[in-house]
Amino acid sequence: MNLVVAQAATPLFDWDWVTRNLDTILEKTLEHLQLTGVALGLGLLLSVLLAAVSIWKARAYKPIAAFTGALYTIPSLAVFALVAPIIGIGTPSQKFWTAEVALVSYTLLILVRNIVTGIQGVPAGVSEAARGMGYQEGGLLARIEVPIAIPAIIAGVRIAAVTVIGLVTVTSLLGLGGLGFFILDGLRRSIIFPTEIIVGVVLSVGLAAVIDLGLLMLGRSLTPWMRAQGR
Amino acid sequence: MDESTRSIMDFLADVVAWFSESGRWLSGDGIIPRTAEHLWLAILPMAIAIALALPLAVWLGHRRIGEFAVNALVNVGRAVPSFGLLILAAVFFSRSGVSLRFWPVVVTLIALAIPPIFTNAYTAIVTVRPGSVEAARGVGYTENQVLWEVEVPIGAPLILAGIRISFLQVLATVPLAAVLSSGGGLGQYVVRGFARGTSGLDEVFAGALLIAVLTLGADWLFTKLEPLVLPEGVRRLSSTEVRARASVS
Amino acid sequence: MIRLEGVSKHYPGAALPAVDRLTLDVRRGEFVTLVGPSGCGKTTTLKMINRIIEPTGGSIFVDGVDALSVPAHELRRSIGYVIQQIGLFPHRTIAQNIGTVPGLLGWDQARTQDRIADLIDVVGLEPEMLDRYPAELSGGQQQRVGVARALAADPPVLLMDEPFGAVDPIVRGHLQREFLDLQRKLGKTVVFVTHDIDEAIFLGTRIAMLNTGGILEQYDTPEAILSEPVNQFVEDFLGGERGLKRLALLPISSAEMVRGPMIDRTGSRDDAERIMAEHSVDWVGILDGKKLLGWVDRRDLVSPDLNGVEPRPFAVSLSPNSSLREALDAVVTGHARIAVVVEDGEYKGMLDLESISEEITE
Repeated sequence: MNLVVAQAATPLFDWDWVTRNLDTILEKTLEHLQLTGVALGLGLLLSVLLAAVSIWKARAYKPIAAFTGALYTIPSLAVFALVAPIIGIGTPSQKFWTAEVALVSYTLLILVRNIVTGIQGVPAGVSEAARGMGYQEGGLLARIEVPIAIPAIIAGVRIAAVTVIGLVTVTSLLGLGGLGFFILDGLRRSIIFPTEIIVGVVLSVGLAAVIDLGLLMLGRSLTPWMRAQGR
Repeated sequence: MDESTRSIMDFLADVVAWFSESGRWLSGDGIIPRTAEHLWLAILPMAIAIALALPLAVWLGHRRIGEFAVNALVNVGRAVPSFGLLILAAVFFSRSGVSLRFWPVVVTLIALAIPPIFTNAYTAIVTVRPGSVEAARGVGYTENQVLWEVEVPIGAPLILAGIRISFLQVLATVPLAAVLSSGGGLGQYVVRGFARGTSGLDEVFAGALLIAVLTLGADWLFTKLEPLVLPEGVRRLSSTEVRARASVS
Repeated sequence: MIRLEGVSKHYPGAALPAVDRLTLDVRRGEFVTLVGPSGCGKTTTLKMINRIIEPTGGSIFVDGVDALSVPAHELRRSIGYVIQQIGLFPHRTIAQNIGTVPGLLGWDQARTQDRIADLIDVVGLEPEMLDRYPAELSGGQQQRVGVARALAADPPVLLMDEPFGAVDPIVRGHLQREFLDLQRKLGKTVVFVTHDIDEAIFLGTRIAMLNTGGILEQYDTPEAILSEPVNQFVEDFLGGERGLKRLALLPISSAEMVRGPMIDRTGSRDDAERIMAEHSVDWVGILDGKKLLGWVDRRDLVSPDLNGVEPRPFAVSLSPNSSLREALDAVVTGHARIAVVVEDGEYKGMLDLESISEEITE
């Protein structure tokens, strides 16, 4: 697959193309968000379960951390490639789920670790006082420990979100949508078309920045007591 | 759905067949040369990134300045999609007629490798207990000696952790370069296989297995190497303290 | 030995200087303690002597040398420095920690090893510890190593910043006493910062009382400061019970002891009655030659001689080196309102409230 070198005459950025294709751009952005959202949602769900198991049975943490760590270490491309034959890539639905399995597995390490660290980071004195007041495990967790752990959890979600947004661009190799579509499309034309690539990259970075900020604001709104400390 | 008509065993048989094809391992396009290429495309950018980032990070950490830069670098390093960056680099390099197999990849990887190395090295130096640093000055070490005799050895585990994170990240990004040309180390198998659609899944899987083995193997190697490189007294420092300080990018 | 002349430290942006033109001198072999409330600049002053903090004004002389004219790291190699956080290098063994300055000065291996072996003994640690790492030692042990490290190259001066603050009170007491012995034996000049006035009184040959901004309010021996505080600030900082604190500084041998109501065991009941009447008490102490056996109450004297009676031991007996404060404690808590003094098994005499207070009322 040898690419023809771009002509120096090609302009770096073609605004016309952008204005002409705004609907496609929007479509792909929404697809990108959809892929990201599903991955984060499922990832969070799974991570909460795994974290709960780790907190319940301390000995489970090490293997869980090792497993999610291995998934994280293996490059995203390879994870897609390992999952693809199992789920198949014939239909759009198959492609979607192949991508989702890989994306979700990537978020697990960050989320599980941050949730566990967040809950364990609750000062022992606080938990003890709560128990002394009569809170039982379930209520203690939900009403006391989780709220205090929110900053750590949100921090994990932010990292996971930004990571996933970047990884979704790679799913374009599977033929999926998202902003990676532009990156690949611009690359695979007979003459490389920089505008598309730039749009793809800039928008995915922009998307990551917006989501990151949004989650930061969400975190702040959920933890009014931290604002009182002047944080 | 093609796959449902074939069992898992059939598929795995295909994969094994792929591995045992003649010339699969040693020919020009074979596994061994591609693994070597994969490693070279990771090690070279790492060496350059370390040479650029480490001394600067360590020096800034010692002088306790540049904290803003560090924070910015962490955020930037996380947000930039490596795939997109790679392609962009290819775009710019292609205008100058340079081979897309090597330079765009190396330059992108250097940029990718720097943030974890830099931020971890900086944090490593900055979090050394002030008592140790003051005592070091008090015994009469010069500023340089304080840095290299005391701060760096104490910070070594964290510095090494940063290098490890960086290396694994770089190793993971190399396969993406296969999109650009015939390079990308072991990633070429995956990309090529995907391009052929469902029929190429055996190559895709094989390539993925090879990549997984390589990256997990590299991770394991690092854990074995760490005790050899770190001074003994530092290893005894509470390992939980080190892990707590280690950042994930 | 150390001379500070008009030394100041002014931090940029601060309204007032941390230390304002302080002039102080420390003689060779002295143990000077810098005391004062938070923010008085005592730590800042100490750290200017070895230029961990650079002065913004004035001059400093250490052993005749202008401290500001030599490179800081060279100056520090000839000054021992012990800090509260201890600051042992965690990545080096105890032996390597102690040998740091000799290494910097280029001593040869043999000389360094000998020195380390000596020092580990001097600070009261076992040689087995030399190959361990700081994390394996307790806080008290670590600080002993800290002191050994400071003494390694045999510097004439030691600077110490609340060095015993990080250990528990029992260990602190041991460290204080041992270090004082050490300093007297080695003849080192020591400048010691503490916020604890009792520690300063116990250790210092002279105390520098500092007020906010490094203002030197009084600089004199502990006895002088305790008996004549120069102003309200010093009085307040000394705290209450100044009389008791002064008594703690005086040994029993400096007071006038009396023999008191004593009788040899060979004596008779009548002699005992007579002695008790003379001293207007209803008890008598029993001696066996020079040895003090105890005391008996009048009601115990049932037989004509003293053979049948078991003397009750005195609750406390003190040596001439004990302080008058301990004597006062014995007087106040004992039944007989006296403190007996014994040396090497020999009865020396006793003290009562009057004889003790005479020493501090002038």
